[in-house]
Amino acid sequence: MRDVSIIGIGQTEVGEHWGKSLRHLAGDAVLAAMRDAGIERADALYVGNMLSGELNGQEHLGALIADFVGLRGVEAVKIEAACGSGAAAVRMGYLAVASGLLDVVIVVGVEKMTDQKGAVTTAGLAMAADAEYEVVNGISFVSLNALLMQRYMHEYGVQHEDFAGFPINAHKNAATNPYAMFRKPISLETFKRARMVAAPINLMDSSPVADGAAAVVLAPSEVARRFQPASVRIIGSANATDSLAVHDRRDPLFLSAAALSAQKAYRQAGIGPNDVDFFELHDAFSITAALSLEAAGFAERGRGVYLAKDGEIALDGRIPICTFGGLKARGHPVGATGVYQIVEAVLQLRHLAGPNQVKNARIGMTQNIGGSGATVITHILAAEG
Amino acid sequence: MAIPQNWRLQHQRYRLTGEVCHTCGAKLFPPRDVCPECAKPAYEPFQFAGKGEVYSFTVLSDAPAGYEAYEPYPVALVKLQEGPLVTAQLTDVDPQDVRIGMPVEMVTRKLTEDGDDGLIVYGYKFRPVLKAAANG
Ligand SMILES: [Zn+2]
Repeated sequence: MRDVSIIGIGQTEVGEHWGKSLRHLAGDAVLAAMRDAGIERADALYVGNMLSGELNGQEHLGALIADFVGLRGVEAVKIEAACGSGAAAVRMGYLAVASGLLDVVIVVGVEKMTDQKGAVTTAGLAMAADAEYEVVNGISFVSLNALLMQRYMHEYGVQHEDFAGFPINAHKNAATNPYAMFRKPISLETFKRARMVAAPINLMDSSPVADGAAAVVLAPSEVARRFQPASVRIIGSANATDSLAVHDRRDPLFLSAAALSAQKAYRQAGIGPNDVDFFELHDAFSITAALSLEAAGFAERGRGVYLAKDGEIALDGRIPICTFGGLKARGHPVGATGVYQIVEAVLQLRHLAGPNQVKNARIGMTQNIGGSGATVITHILAAEG
Repeated sequence: MAIPQNWRLQHQRYRLTGEVCHTCGAKLFPPRDVCPECAKPAYEPFQFAGKGEVYSFTVLSDAPAGYEAYEPYPVALVKLQEGPLVTAQLTDVDPQDVRIGMPVEMVTRKLTEDGDDGLIVYGYKFRPVLKAAANG
């Protein structure tokens, strides 16, 4: 096993890209990452994407994008794990380089979601859930998370307003991220007045449908310094699963795959939650942020929500989260999100985060969740030197 | 969902037929042939009574394609008396009146239809158990 480093990053602005197709978005991110790494070729391209077949009528993204960016001939394949596709693809790139079989691997996460009308996109996203036993009953992805939030509030005596700190923090950090979809702070009043989507989840609890692409270049750490003095090492990488359906879980309020993948990543890195300087978590909904903080060991069960109330998740707090706006405000182009998280973590660890910089950041963690918690990929990254 | 896919699910959809594990006794719905509790085979069919209570619920107003005509509608996780949770719509109830812990029972209802000429999909929904029936 070899150590693996990230030697290049690239991202497109997250938003509604009416003038750009999926291949152009992916191409922009890949070429930016190659420029950043100072490379002109690679051994493989892994593409994280969830819904290209359903929303863009296009599968076979590996060959499509490799050819489009001038890498015709390389090994290339699409990797799918619902909203966890991006980090799942990074994990495959990590395995390939760590194994010694490949030297330079590019991973791009891309999603083009705004080509279809809302109900079609909603139905596509629901494919992350169990088609025969969840989706056929008319559930949407939002409603599955609403079932978790309702039960959480009931079991722990939490009020809806207690979750407001998550979107407020996300929007505050996105305001100074040039790649974010919503660069505007929100107030408690905005949160309280937001339209209900699936009670108790309102619009401000929910991340937006968006287009976007992000890419990273991976290489063995021993040669990484030659390409990129500001390389960042992957010191923990893990993917764990749970039942696809929420109803098949013994305890729906505990994200056991999130706990398992975090524990595996901590063990590999030889660290614990107290050593993590910031945490790019998967705030698809504000309930997901609370459950992730609990599963990853930053809060006791039923207490994750209070980290948002007490300011501990701010850039200068005990455990900063969503430092560039998270899924809520940077935006959530589903298959790209896991790669955005890693790109943002690299910016923090290179100390190039500008006004979003977490002071003295040395170790960062990212956690990307597929479906309602069925696939969870955790990465731990460390600044070199 | 395609016609053969719906047809294969008829026993689960219309009668709530699951499976039981002979090793640890766990009752499984949906059926899955391998017990998630003890990882031993569980091929024996088991008939659920269709009674339970609301574990959690929500109301959908942004429905996925194919379900827009029915919104808003309540969806729940129902905790069956025999143990498993099941995802289902609630019916014959004002969404305002749904509460966690509310006793419910299974009924067969239309879930959706595939256009004017297509398949009509039937399946289980759950409705409140009348007070008298619940006590008696
Ligand atoms: Zn068993």
